[in-house]
Amino acid sequence: MLADVRADFPLLTRTVREGKPLVYLDSAATSQKPHAVLNAEAEFYQFHNAAVQRGAHLLAEEATAAFEAARAEVASLVGASENEIVWTENATAAINVVANGLANATSGIGGEASARFRLRDGDEIVVTQTEHHANLIPWQQLAARTGATLRWIPVDDEGRMILDDLASIVTDRCKVLAFTHASNVTGIITDVASLTARAREVGAYTVLDACQTVPHMPVDVTTLGVDFLVMSAHKMLGPTGVGALWGRKELLDVLPPSTFGGSTIKTVTMTETTWLDAPLRFEAGSQPVAQVVGMGAAARYLSALGMDNVAAHERHLSRVMREGVAQLPGVRLLGPVGSNPEENILGIAAVVVEDVHAHDVGQVLDAAGIAVRVGHHCTQPLHRRFEIASSTRASAHVYTTEDDARAFVDSLATVRDFFGVAA
Amino acid sequence: MSNLEQMYQQVIMDHARVGHGKGLKDPGLITMGESHQVNTTCGDEVRLRVGVDGNRLTSVSWEGQGCSISQASVSVLHELVEGETLEETERIIDAFRELMQAKGEGLDEEKEDLLQDATAFVGVGKYPARIKCALLGWMALKDAIIQARKDNAS
Repeated sequence: MLADVRADFPLLTRTVREGKPLVYLDSAATSQKPHAVLNAEAEFYQFHNAAVQRGAHLLAEEATAAFEAARAEVASLVGASENEIVWTENATAAINVVANGLANATSGIGGEASARFRLRDGDEIVVTQTEHHANLIPWQQLAARTGATLRWIPVDDEGRMILDDLASIVTDRCKVLAFTHASNVTGIITDVASLTARAREVGAYTVLDACQTVPHMPVDVTTLGVDFLVMSAHKMLGPTGVGALWGRKELLDVLPPSTFGGSTIKTVTMTETTWLDAPLRFEAGSQPVAQVVGMGAAARYLSALGMDNVAAHERHLSRVMREGVAQLPGVRLLGPVGSNPEENILGIAAVVVEDVHAHDVGQVLDAAGIAVRVGHHCTQPLHRRFEIASSTRASAHVYTTEDDARAFVDSLATVRDFFGVAA
Repeated sequence: MSNLEQMYQQVIMDHARVGHGKGLKDPGLITMGESHQVNTTCGDEVRLRVGVDGNRLTSVSWEGQGCSISQASVSVLHELVEGETLEETERIIDAFRELMQAKGEGLDEEKEDLLQDATAFVGVGKYPARIKCALLGWMALKDAIIQARKDNAS
């Protein structure tokens, strides 16, 4: 079955440095694409390409149908309604739609209907110490613009959010609680229920960064209890250039847009504009139509595999990688060490090799044909919390094999010798 | 020799370990310039300080943390340019940049003579992502000299 899946990904058959087979373990950065996605994009351009949401000719009808069918596929993957899925250029842009929407509401855009999103002096925005920069900076800057205060939930030495003081961090001054569904460094899956329960008590909006979970495990917006959720196509076997924002319909319909332009409006005069309901109010200007179609194909591909199967496959790989590197002398595994089978960890293993810089580690792995991520993975505050500047991260996906995971561990075992730092 | 071994030649490993010129020094009562450079992809950083006396680079010291390539490169730089004239330093900087752009090929004999130990970095030129590591200290050097000139003019 895994062989069948791998056969869907043409890139995996190529060789790299000096003819070595590719061991691709950088899927948390970006995933490879199956034929189903590549073909969907190509076929759109070959047979259906036209401007969407306008025009009365056949091609326009077909293009719009394909565009909206993709919306239905993505909605279905996460248990959402179609009209709650907004296309954005990526997940970062999706977070900015919400953050900038709040900023615009604060400056009066959207009028009384949007007044519920206004931030006032004394309001607080809460994030966590384990956020990707994409789910930190928009909130940090929103706070700076509006006079709100940014607070954060700290993490412990193994990267788990410390929820003991949650009630004193998320108070009735909290307007927004933004947090990741899973860490892109430790792989720890967040206890969403505890956070949303507290947010509900204090009436805060919740924004969930689901970039690392939608591609790897079942995600259902009807049970998560959050208000907004963002995802990225290119991490879920889809194309670059497109992401999606999900939000509760009653919120999306009154959140002011922040990119203004054509296709978003009910009426326009020289001085005023009224907007359509969601999702169109947020989709100004030409959309990345072929990429959207590709994202729909990716959602369909994942649904067909079954997200429970995907999660089980990657949980196994997670154990192989994490238990493997935990045995290596001079290698520090970030995140929980030691096996707690109850703890949910994605197929991610980020490590620090003592006395060897992550770039140098990555170079040795690269020479063995193994592609990993080196650096801070857009999580400088978390790396600072761990008292390190950078790390080396391996991450799995539907096409990753146990041999790939073992190759990572085996190659990592040679690094300290190569640099002459082994005891 | 594999590409990996060509990149991490012993001379590079030695420089990375020893770190010649590491530890910022007060160059004394002469013109001073300092530059802080960060590699944004990995957070590596180097702070490099030069002392210029007339036409001569009398002191080059640095502080920083990073990968073996960036650390070795700034160590080699210290050995090469401390005590040199500004003109000679410019020639060495230009030759090193040229070596980085040579895609793993060597330079002509005259330039290699100029670069001495730094010719060991030839293998880095095959890896575009690592060229920035190797150039980090050199960018700091170039900028520090500009700062020193400003210091002198003011």
